[in-house]
Amino acid sequence: MTSATPPLIEARAVTKRFEKRLDLAAKAARLLGADLEDEIVHAVDAVDLQVFPGEVVGLVGESGCGKSTIGRMIAGILPPSDGEIAFDGKAMTAMSGQEKRAAALAVQMIFQDPFASLNPRMRVEEIIGEAPLVHGYVDRAGLAAYVDEIMLKVGLDPALKRRYPHQFSGGQRQRIGIARALAVKPRFLVCDEAIAALDVSIQAQVINLFMDLREEFDLTYLFISHDLSVVEHISDRIVIMYLGRVVESAPTEALFAAPKHPYTQALLAEAPRLDQRSRDFLPIKGEIPSPLHPPSGCHFHPRCPHAMEKCSAVRPMLRPQGDRWQAACHLLD
Amino acid sequence: MTAAGTSYAGPTLEVEDLQTHFFTKAGAVKAVNGVSFTVAPGEVIGLVGESGSGKTVTGLSIMGLVDEPGRIVGGAIRFKGENLVGASEDRWQKLRGDRIAMIFQDPMMTLNPVLRIDTQMVEAIHAHRQVDKATARAEARDALGLVGIPAPEERLKTYPHQLSGGMRQRVAIAIALLNKPDLIVADEPTTALDVTIQAQIIYEAQQLCRRFGTALIWITHDLAVVAGLADHIAVMYAGRVVEAGTIDDVIDRPRHPYTVGLLGSVPSANKRGQRLNQIPGMAPNLLRLPPGCAFKDRCPRGDDLCLTEPTLQSQPNGRAFRCHHPHEPEGAA
Repeated sequence: MTSATPPLIEARAVTKRFEKRLDLAAKAARLLGADLEDEIVHAVDAVDLQVFPGEVVGLVGESGCGKSTIGRMIAGILPPSDGEIAFDGKAMTAMSGQEKRAAALAVQMIFQDPFASLNPRMRVEEIIGEAPLVHGYVDRAGLAAYVDEIMLKVGLDPALKRRYPHQFSGGQRQRIGIARALAVKPRFLVCDEAIAALDVSIQAQVINLFMDLREEFDLTYLFISHDLSVVEHISDRIVIMYLGRVVESAPTEALFAAPKHPYTQALLAEAPRLDQRSRDFLPIKGEIPSPLHPPSGCHFHPRCPHAMEKCSAVRPMLRPQGDRWQAACHLLD
Repeated sequence: MTAAGTSYAGPTLEVEDLQTHFFTKAGAVKAVNGVSFTVAPGEVIGLVGESGSGKTVTGLSIMGLVDEPGRIVGGAIRFKGENLVGASEDRWQKLRGDRIAMIFQDPMMTLNPVLRIDTQMVEAIHAHRQVDKATARAEARDALGLVGIPAPEERLKTYPHQLSGGMRQRVAIAIALLNKPDLIVADEPTTALDVTIQAQIIYEAQQLCRRFGTALIWITHDLAVVAGLADHIAVMYAGRVVEAGTIDDVIDRPRHPYTVGLLGSVPSANKRGQRLNQIPGMAPNLLRLPPGCAFKDRCPRGDDLCLTEPTLQSQPNGRAFRCHHPHEPEGAA
């Protein structure tokens, strides 16, 4: 938008609905006057998101805000209900089969739970080596050397490659997941809460690994997390979501210095920090509403300390608020 | 055995050289291996450590909830002067839920899924006091109000599955508070919650300690939460307290290399984008603890002296550390 380089990956007005239709019995019950309806969750509601080459974008939000759903749509695991995902300036839907395959390989995902995302019945060398062999990055003769090389890159001892995932610790398993993603030479990594399940000292090891790999392979990241301190540490730009919508997006330092959206302000004020001692917590009120029945207008208005009449009626649009800064709030209009 | 007199003026809880071991087929797992700390009325102590450091087993030992094959094999747990190690199950049942209460990470550990909230709360009161049902119900309602649950009268009639995660945790806290305990052990109570909900729960906990003089043990892996909430902190590693003191002392002027490493692994604003100071390796197997200091193999200061067990060096103001080569005070290093 601001520079001449096109975004590496772009979500254009992407929407994801999860629908639970009434079954036959429920339809019959409705005919007889029962109060039943199709349940539709707007997990992601017309979101625009751009990630430029070499950038690390942090996607932050609380449970149910749609951050993981967006990550999955960008990684191509989940098809959007509306809108489109574009890779290298070209919409996925407009691509030929071959281009689509190349794009799918270039975007890889790293999952939260290193226990659930690795096949327990495959050896590490198979987990890492399967995809590059199938996609022709390496032939069978060179496979062993290739797996060794990747394992070294992520800090795993290649001597352990005949082992099964359960023989590794949580941090090592996360490294296996990273190695599997790197094996197909991706350009873009979607990390969905990739370090949330790890202990603090192991977290630091994996964060360092992500930063090293970024330099070495010229990677671009979408880093999805609920943990602000982690995202603040590694991201160039932060996107904040609330109940399926982006509420604010800005360069990290500027955002932490002066957040504009009231939700961002609350989030930053309430995240515990080491340098704040014996503080008085002054939490914002209320629960996170159910995405099944989101509030009207601005989704945040029932909890917002500055809510006005307009906020419950009109949805605020995401508007530019200065250099690379966008926010969706009526207060800023 | 001293009766739990009302005029007792000492600390609410003194834990002295507590040792809880689990006798498994593979050998004795020394989960807690010499833990000491005290908590005064109205004080909050943060028990911090990574997975397997023994923080949860310490909490369970204080509650008398260690199951076979685990056993408290040494040390003392003095609650208002009365040593509870070896106390009869009868005595424990009188204390648990009345004078000492526990809050678990998962509120469904506390709540019975098939009973209404009011049934469970009235039951908890009747287990310890003879009051009529209407009074008990009124007390239950007040307790729910106390932890910030809106419309407590209606919530009393709900089942646990009808409440959100944050609400359930509040109900669990309300149940812990019912009999106005002298001591609450909270084991990772906010780990599963979102940032804004976490801030609300911490706020309620803070208010309660100030209002009723309840002593609180807050077990967590998150140093940042403890920094904002607790008065004192005890850092655990491989079953031992390796460093203790006031929040400011431990976080600003850590002496033990493990604490230094742990603080260095926490991402924070002042070193954005830089490599985190990671602790190499991982925690030792509690079945086969190395001789001497358990942290030696990961410690940058480890040498032959560390093959002998360092003793706990105590200083005024509750400051203590267990290291042969401590960092200089006042951060001179």
